Order: sequence, then C-alpha cells, then structure tokens
Amino acid sequence: MNRTYTCIICPIGCEITAETEGCEIKAISGNRCEKGKNYVWQELTCPMRNIATSVKVKNGVMPLASVRLTAPIPREKIAEAVAEIHKCSVTAPVQIGQVVISKLLGYDADVIITRSVDIKEE
Amino acid sequence: MKITNKRIVIIGAGPAGLAAAIALYERGERDIVMLEREAAPGGILRQCIHDGFGLTRFGESLSGPEYAERFIEKAKQLNIEIITNATVIELNEDKTVTAATPNGLLVFKAQAVILSMGCRERTRGALAIPGRRPAGVYTAGVAQAYINLKNTMVGKEAVILGSGDIGMIMARRLTLEGAKVKGVYEIQSYPSGLPRNVEQCLNDYGIPLYLSHTVTKINGEKRLESIVVSEVDDKMRPIEGTEQEITCDTLILSVGLIPENELTRMAGAEIDPLTSGAVVDERLQTSVPGVFAAGNVLHVHDLVDFVSLEAEGLADAVIESLNGTLENAEIPVTGDGVIQLIPQRITGKKDVTFALRPRRPGRNGMLKVMQGEQVLAKKKLPKALPAEMEQITVKADKFVSSEPVKVVLSFE
Amino acid sequence: MVCNCDVLVVGAGVVGCAVARELARYKLNVAVAEKNNDLFGGTSARNSGVLHAGFNNTPGTLMAKLCVEGNAGFDKVAEELDIPLKRTGKIVVGFDEEDRKRLIALKEQGEKNGVPGLSMIDHDEVKKLAPCVEGEFALFSASTAILDPFQYVLALAENAVKNGVEFFFSHPVTAIEKLSGEEANWSVTFGEDTMRCRWIVNAAGLFADKISDMLGKTGYTIYPCRGEYFILDKRLGDMLPLPAYPVPNIRTGGLGIHLTPTSDGNVLIGPSTEYIDDRGDYSATRKTMDMLVEDGSRIFPHIRREHYIRNFSGIRPKLTGPDKGGYNDFVIEPLENAVNLVGIESPGLTASVPIARMVVNMIGEKEKLVENPDFDPIRRRFATFHDKDTQTRAEMIEKDPNYGEIICRCETITKAEILNAIRGPLGAKTVTGVKYRCRSTMGRCQGGYCQTRITEMLMSELGLTREEVLYAQEGSNMFTGRVIDDEDNQ
Repeated sequence: MNRTYTCIICPIGCEITAETEGCEIKAISGNRCEKGKNYVWQELTCPMRNIATSVKVKNGVMPLASVRLTAPIPREKIAEAVAEIHKCSVTAPVQIGQVVISKLLGYDADVIITRSVDIKEE
Repeated sequence: MKITNKRIVIIGAGPAGLAAAIALYERGERDIVMLEREAAPGGILRQCIHDGFGLTRFGESLSGPEYAERFIEKAKQLNIEIITNATVIELNEDKTVTAATPNGLLVFKAQAVILSMGCRERTRGALAIPGRRPAGVYTAGVAQAYINLKNTMVGKEAVILGSGDIGMIMARRLTLEGAKVKGVYEIQSYPSGLPRNVEQCLNDYGIPLYLSHTVTKINGEKRLESIVVSEVDDKMRPIEGTEQEITCDTLILSVGLIPENELTRMAGAEIDPLTSGAVVDERLQTSVPGVFAAGNVLHVHDLVDFVSLEAEGLADAVIESLNGTLENAEIPVTGDGVIQLIPQRITGKKDVTFALRPRRPGRNGMLKVMQGEQVLAKKKLPKALPAEMEQITVKADKFVSSEPVKVVLSFE
Repeated sequence: MVCNCDVLVVGAGVVGCAVARELARYKLNVAVAEKNNDLFGGTSARNSGVLHAGFNNTPGTLMAKLCVEGNAGFDKVAEELDIPLKRTGKIVVGFDEEDRKRLIALKEQGEKNGVPGLSMIDHDEVKKLAPCVEGEFALFSASTAILDPFQYVLALAENAVKNGVEFFFSHPVTAIEKLSGEEANWSVTFGEDTMRCRWIVNAAGLFADKISDMLGKTGYTIYPCRGEYFILDKRLGDMLPLPAYPVPNIRTGGLGIHLTPTSDGNVLIGPSTEYIDDRGDYSATRKTMDMLVEDGSRIFPHIRREHYIRNFSGIRPKLTGPDKGGYNDFVIEPLENAVNLVGIESPGLTASVPIARMVVNMIGEKEKLVENPDFDPIRRRFATFHDKDTQTRAEMIEKDPNYGEIICRCETITKAEILNAIRGPLGAKTVTGVKYRCRSTMGRCQGGYCQTRITEMLMSELGLTREEVLYAQEGSNMFTGRVIDDEDNQ
C-alpha cells in the first residue's frame, strides 16, 4: 500500500511517501532523517501522541496548571488519559516538572506540571 | 519627573526580549532593564501549553511555559532587572521610554532600545465578516487565554475560521476539553499553518479541514447561533450558490497575526508594509539609530526557537551601537515571490542571513539572492510553504557593489 | 409594582435621557424605562457622532428649527456635562455644475434656517482645510461639530440620575392602560412589573409607533432604515480633520456616504441607506460594505483594508417609507397626559435638548411645574489617562495606582477607568457596556489584549459567575462554564 504521511516529530514536518505491507516498510522517500522512518513504522503499528491539558490548582494564584506527558501514549487512549488527568488536582505551590501522575494508564509516561503556580496570598 | 538613565531598555519580556537580555548580559552589559506589561515574563508562551517548543534549541519537545521558564530562570540567575506590570505608553525618537506601572510612571532615557513587543491577532473587524454581532466570536489567542489561563470555557460547538497554527491547536484543545469542533475553514487553497499541526491537531481528531472556504455570514442576535460558509474562487471571492449554514455557538478566528508596532511608529521608525514590522538592516537596527527589533514584532515567525536565535543575534550590534562603531546600512533589499523579507537594508560588509516566507506554496523552488545580474547565493527549496520560514545566507565577500539586492523565489 | 412616578419616559436613548434631565429641573418624580439592559442599545449609539448645523432640513420644519437651536446651545451643554465637542466645521464637496447648483441651494436653505457660518469654498480652500479630501469645491459649514455620542448619552443619563431620575433597564413596555378617577392617569406594564404614572413621554425611537398605539394615538408607522458604517484606524485620523460629505441625494433619506472623524480620532465611513423589515437587525452585509469603501473612496481615496477596525450599523426610525423616501418632520405632540415623540431620526442627536425643552413646555402648559432648587446641571467625566501629559499622568498614578495599570493597550485605558465604568452611576454590567463608557476594546486589537481582563473585573466587581458574564444584551452569554470543575476552589 502507498500512503503519504506528514511526520510530526519535528517542525520540519516532512512529507513522507511509504510503500507498506502490513507493518513492513517496503520503500520510503521524503523523510530527511531516520526519525521519519520510525514515525511511519509507529503510525503503522500504534500511533503515539503527546497531549497537553490542565489540572486544577488549589489555593494558587492561577486556577489551573498546565500539564503534559513525558512520553507519548497510544493515540486511541487520549480521551481516557484526559479524563484521568482531570480527576486529579494539585495544591499550590507547584513547580515545573513536578509529577502529577506517574505511569499514566500504566504506560511509561508521567504527567508533569509545565507551569509553576505560586500560593495565593490571602 | 525623575528620568533614569539606562544603557539598554528592552520592551517586552517574551521570548525575544528574554533572549536578547541574556545575550547582552553574557557580552558584558549590566545596565539593562526589561519592561513587561503582564504580571509575569514569558509573553504569549504562558498560554501555549501544547508541546513542540524547543526541538531545535534544546532537542526536547517542551510546552510554551517550560520553554519560557528556561529563559526566565536564566535571566533571574543573572539578576537582569525585569519590571512587570509595566506597560510602555511612549517611545520617542531620542529613546525616552515611558512606562505606566501601579507603582508610578517610569521614565527611562536609554542609549539603546530593543523592541520585542510581539504581535496581535487579526480580528473579525479587520476581515469585515458580514452578519450580526453576537457573543461567541473569539480570536484563537483570546479563546486560548480563557481556556488555559482563566479556566473558562468559551463554547460547546465551534467552527474555526482560518487554519493558522493557533487555530488548529485550539481545535484540538477544544476537542480535548469536551467541545465539538465542526470544522476548520480556510480561505486559501492550502493550510496556513504547519503540516504537522494539520496532522496531529485535525486529522488525529477527525476534524475536517475545508480549503478555499470562508465564513460569509454570522447569525444570532444574542449568542452565536450559526454561520454561513461559502466556497471561494481563485481570487478568494465567495461563490454564490455555495452557501452552507452550520449551527454552532462559537466561532474561533485564526486569520493571521500582525506585529504590534504602535511604539515603533511612535518612535518614528520606518515600517515595512509587507511584514508590518520595522524596516531593519542585517544587524536588526531600525531606521532610528539605537533602536533594534527582534521576534514577532519584526516579522511573524513560525517557531519560537528562531525567535530566540534572532534576538540573541542582535546583541553584538547593540554593543557596537553603544560604542558608536555600528555601520550604516545603505543597500536596499527587495523581494520577489516572497512575503516577509528581513532585512530590508544591508551594509554589504557582513554575512547576511535573509529570512523570508514564500508568497505561495510550490515544489522545486529556487531561491536566489541577486545583485544586478550577479547571483550571490542560491538554494533549492524542494517544498515551499507560506507557513514555513526559509533562510538563505550570503557571505560578506560575495557582495560586489552597492547596487540593490534582490531575493527571488521562483518555481520550475 | 416598580414604583409610582409623575413622569415616565419610555426609552433611554439620547432624547429620552435629555427629556429626563430637563424634567429633573422641576419638582417631579421622573423614571425612565428602557427595554435593553443598558444605555446604548439603539440609534443613539449607532450614528456618525455629528452635531449638525441644520442646512439639510426643510425651512419651517421642527427638524430645521430644533437642529439650529441645538447646535447653537451645545457648547453650554457640553461644558455642563463635560463631554468632548470639537467645532471642526464640515465640508460638503462637489465635483460638477449640477453639484454646485445643489450646494448653493443647500446654502440658501441653511441661511433661511438661520444657520450661521455657511460659505462656498473653492478647490484650494478645500485642500487647505482637508488636504486628503477630494472635491472641486465645497459648501463649508463652520458650526458643524463632532461629538462622542456615547459620552453624551451617558452624561445626560448620569446627570439625570444625580438629580433624582430613576432608570429601569430591561423594562420593555408591554401594555399601557388608561386609568380614570385616580391620582395616576396611566398604568404601564413591563412583563411582570407595573408602574403607575401621571405622564408618559414616548421617546421609544424605533418603537415609538408601537408606544404611540398603546397611548391611543394610532396611525404612525416607523420604517426602519439601516445605515452601515466602517470604523477605520486612528492612523487615518490626522488625514481627516473635519467631516467630509458628498452632495446629498434628497430621495434616499440619508446624507450620503460620508467620512467623519470621531472625537477620539478614528474615521467613520457611512452610513448606507437601506430599508429593512426587522427593527433589530443590526447586520452588516457584504454588498453594502463593498459599496461603502467604493463610495467613500471617491472623496477620501486613502482607505485600505488594513485600516478596517470594525463595522457596525444603526437603524433610522423613519416616518417615510421606501416608496416615498426623504424626510418627514419630527412629530412632537401633546396627547392627553402624554407627549408623543415619533420619527426622531437625524438630526435628533443635535436637537435632543431643544426637543426635551419642548416636552417640558407641553407638560408645563397642562400643570404648573415647580423648579427644583437642588437641580445641578454639572456632571464631570471620570478623568481619562490617555490624553494627559507625562506629569499629570504621574500624579494620577500616585493618587490612584489603578491608573498605572493599562488594561486596553490600543486606547491606553487604565484599570481605574474600567473600574469607574463598572462602579459609576448606571455602571456597566457587560463587556460592551464597559466599551461604550470608557472605550476599552474599541482599538485595533478589538479586545485581544483587554477582553479577558475586563470579563474578570466584571465577575469580581459584580459577583458574577462565568456563565453570567454578558457580552451585550440579555442572552449574549460569553462563557459556558469552567474548563475543569474547581468549585471547591472559588
């Protein structure tokens, strides 16, 4: 099967054309680096994505702290992951890098804070 | 009025301002102040919580706040003064900078000023979209601020006009937070944002992208009730008979960014109608000596990594300007087949990296820098997109005369 | 029961507010009922902001007489109310002999009406007055001025409140009943509420025919006639020092597509003239927008797409239908225990105070009005920051640190001004309410920077939840709730 992919690994966004059979890449062109080939293989087997959302912060100067995953998870699990993340909350102060959930849904990906939030001064 | 003398005043502590400040400090400058209108530095990155920042610079995919934090931390370590809640309201040609803060009016007399105010979004009014004026029409950045900073949801059923990167990122964001995004409509025949965002923000979530379409009517007296979209012809005029009504309560506009150059104009600096930013030389000095510009205030960038790089690049020139050794740029630069060409003037005595965006998408492009009939540099562009910036460098010794320089992009 | 009062004014437009303020000079309980949730809901906030001289109106009409009177008396009004008024003058430009004949006729008409300062000027003089305006010659009117219609309406209303007038917003009149043998002459119903009063003044603008019907005077029909405008960037402001009009087409019932500087330095193009069916349809249309730019460019060829800031439309409450066109005179008539104001279209803004005085006189003919010794005609505008010099700005911040927080960057509007817009008499309850009072969001970024801050201030000042924040009228809710439920946090 012939298909065109847009690689999302880096901002270059290579337009990759690949001839595949099942999960096997027969021929590939358009990728400027090896990551492109890996991306296509990953798309064939199990597309992986990172996501960003927010968690609520108690007693912080901001109502929310943004979070992301330290590693991508299967694309089909994103909705489930967001629901899981929304269940939890943190208490200010929180720091960038702080782990909110480790091993999200059992995957090798942690949910980490990406925005520090200070305590609200009363 | 108390006037404070400063060697360097930087207006805006977003990615460009922060990078410039750090680079200047590292070159020995100590008398620097940054003026930031928000309560915290970081600029628009504070609300860009998606990842993908810093791949070029740090080799990691960071969120916007994390990317900003690396620079903020560094500036703090170096003890660079950042005054927050300080909105610059006046900038004069003599480099007097006046800022309003709740603690009083601050007036600085600077020897050099760096403009790093960023950009703003094009609005419904600028597009003149016909119809009513209900609530529920937001620019993508405003919706992003409400959702990511204020924990405030703007709607339940959205349509996005314009396929700019923020628009596509907001399509994904709204979807993740439970809203239904019915489609992204783009007036051009190609997406205006990056291909990877079409893939991971739209395709991943089954959000359709309609090219050569625009919103031709907004309905709803109170809250938005529906919009009408139409196909457009090759001159981007709506085609009669193609109207289609779509019910929605929210319309998100991602229809372009405009460098925020009110202060630049106030200082009397020449503005380039193509970039909507200041006219600069290869050292990023504007037409007002001692006033420099970098980042989205100069030309709208595709990636923040390049904003940081560009801002760092002006540090040497600022120091030369302070020492009185900065050379004047007299050679004009024009473009053909490109939009947003920087710099617009060069000295002809230094290496120059031209930054530009193709006017239209194309394959097998050839980018040339010419002086008269002489080709100073050329570069093949297998795939050119207006969404992506291109660069081409010319070595100093290639400039043969003081004739105007032309940057030409053509396709086979 | 809301209350009982001596006079109920229906409609808080410029005429209703002027009537209320004039009535407050006497010992009367005055109430104003407005169907919208704020001032600025109708024609008074959607016009060119021009204080007309009175040369466009037919001699002998109330329109002509009251316009000339209103113009002559406006300096005092502007001073009392502290509103910006610029006596810019105005030019009506012509290109050919046909135009010249009509301009001379206009000049003669104006002189009959008693308009001062009218003169024909040649091309050089046009260029001297307005270098960027095209025209072979022009009728120059020295007394024409520009004013801020929002500030004017607000100032009239605030001064009325200061002198005891009560405003009832979101009070659309649904029925009026004549009473007999009681102290009150009328019972007025607003949905659930009712009010009794002795007098009713119908200042309902676009809905004046409906109120007239309810008062028992049938036979009027208001024909809504929409006029669309473009608002252009302040960068063009310096290029247009005074309003520039084309020779009016008498038939259409408008003054032609003209260019008007606003008192804040923007430029307006418009308005179009289009009869519509729906009195509330403030739409903008593609066809008209294109026409505005094309027509406006004839006399001001400097309009570029990048100058567009916003468009809007206003609706003229005309008594002449599309088949007749032109103008009908203002109807200002005493009814039994009521005064009827119908067809108050342009120049209603200019004529508002003289109209209000006529209303008072009509009531005064029926009952003795006793002067209110406490009436204070003075209203002061909350100090603006953007137009002050550095020293004054520094002092303002020192006295009130909220002046040091710029909320609207494009227009340099501070937190102090926005808080005042919310806290002031008849304070703003919505985002557009804030806009009309202090200009925040009116600049070129259209709220891109300040809107999130304004909604936050509305929430904290008025104790609103996210779901309750309104953009403009009732039902224009901006938000659907929280992204993440954090109720325990609030």
